[in-house]
Amino acid sequence: MPYPPNYRYTREHEWIDLDGAIGTIGITDYAQSSLGDIVYVDVPKVGDAVTANATFGSVESVKAVSDLYSPVSGAVTAINEELKTAPDKINEAPHTTWIIKVELSNPAELDVLLDAAAYEAFISEETSG
Amino acid sequence: MRYLPKSPAERRQMLTEIGAASIDSLFEVIPAEYRLNRDLDVPRQQAESEIVDYFRAAADKNATGYASFLGAGAYRHYRPVIIDSLVQRGEFLTSYTPYQAEITQGTLQAIFEFQTMIAELTGMDLANASMYDGSTGAAEAVMMAVRVTGRHKAVVASTVHPEYREVLSTYAKHQGLPSTLVPCDRETGRIDLRALEAEVTNETAAVLVQSPNFFGVIEDIPAIAAIAHAKGSLLIVSIAEAVSLGVVRPPVEADIVSMEAQSFGVALSYGGPFCGVIATKEQYVRQMPGRLVGQTVDGNGYRGFVLTLATREQHIRREKATSNICTNQALVALMATIFLTVYGKEGIRELAEHNLAKADYAAKTLGSQPGAKLLFNAAPHFHEFVLQTDETPATWSQRLMDEKIVGGIDLSRWYPELKNATLWCVTEVITRENIDTAAKVLAAAPVEA
Repeated sequence: MPYPPNYRYTREHEWIDLDGAIGTIGITDYAQSSLGDIVYVDVPKVGDAVTANATFGSVESVKAVSDLYSPVSGAVTAINEELKTAPDKINEAPHTTWIIKVELSNPAELDVLLDAAAYEAFISEETSG
Repeated sequence: MRYLPKSPAERRQMLTEIGAASIDSLFEVIPAEYRLNRDLDVPRQQAESEIVDYFRAAADKNATGYASFLGAGAYRHYRPVIIDSLVQRGEFLTSYTPYQAEITQGTLQAIFEFQTMIAELTGMDLANASMYDGSTGAAEAVMMAVRVTGRHKAVVASTVHPEYREVLSTYAKHQGLPSTLVPCDRETGRIDLRALEAEVTNETAAVLVQSPNFFGVIEDIPAIAAIAHAKGSLLIVSIAEAVSLGVVRPPVEADIVSMEAQSFGVALSYGGPFCGVIATKEQYVRQMPGRLVGQTVDGNGYRGFVLTLATREQHIRREKATSNICTNQALVALMATIFLTVYGKEGIRELAEHNLAKADYAAKTLGSQPGAKLLFNAAPHFHEFVLQTDETPATWSQRLMDEKIVGGIDLSRWYPELKNATLWCVTEVITRENIDTAAKVLAAAPVEA
């Protein structure tokens, strides 16, 4: 599955799509395929603060629970309610199924994130290593 | 099984293998002053017959034939003999934790049935496979409420078992979890609802109460739940006496029920092992500590049982696990399962009613003796009550011992403000004769000259 070139990526396998001051966050195709069937997503509440590189929730598959790391700092403006009943949407369409939206408090944090090419290089290193 | 130590030849062989000249040279790194220079002072070996004599003599020192009015979180109930016959079967007694579902269906099914019966009794959606005991269960329930609410303060009733509160303090000390204590009403022995309302704030993660409480009083759970929920706090109800659920309305308004299941067929055994339980509503299942057995179907469509939601347990999620509990009290929970199966729905109710009736008779009889009165008598009780006497408990308890009766427990060790007050517990194993004898002894205070 291609990695959208307009997204930015973390080394913890989250993506962020920026639209003005709002960043939409999800997990990558690589993350969903490593986790396997996702059965539950634990997310913060609207209004909660998230911090770059800190956990903001977790995603549970049949074999593991993994933390979700925020690519940026800011306040949660929306959560994807659809995931409460259909968490497997992440497996089906990881790059369009978002988890939370965040209003960025420090857009400069985006600069340290990976672009699609760098992220693909990073995961190919991780898989071969 | 052989417990024979290594032979001198084997020791030499091992020393040669690792290149040490002697045992002493092996331990040379330990400074000489810390080394023991003589043989351990242990008695000589004994023949089997001598060992049997030794333990028979020790067993004779047990105080047998006493009637006991002690309760306070450890309850003496009759244990049907089938419990020990079944739990001593090797398939249960020696089986390892049921990670491998294909070889542990019996253990898993027994745990599943335990969970089902506990959930039905407590009025919750589901129960876990058991905790260590009622005290750690209550502390874990508070930690669970912290995870669910994202808040970090607890409000605790002073009538929660004092030892449960001590265990909670130990947990809380290292978790940055302040808790405040709410006193009870002097007449009813129930939590003071006004004081509770004043303590619960928008920062309260959990309100923890016990019902029947430490004084045997049944709390007004719907009223307490309304106060907790109005501020977004969870309500945890701790139950130290599981048999009470035969007659007491289950705390359905609670978010988490933490229970000690020892009364269900578990011997007192000098303090343990006991069997804790956490039951909760389905929406909180992912924050519940401990393990859960679920029912499923196998590849051929047959009913089967597996550990479920184990992804949050410590053996998989390490330091991020919901709790450091990695196992459950499988064999002790099995005792409870067998007990509940033997008694059945009607049997548990009859047993509870039997306890209630005897305790009521005892409270009335003992409470009407000269120099004695009942405390906290303005609210309903289960099978425990507080008796205050003019005499000190130490005085009459010796007279009771002479009649082979152990009286109520002195409350001053936990509640210094309660002078000459004792907590009495009356279960089905206490006879009417025991109660009448105790009353006579209490009435027989030496006349002051």
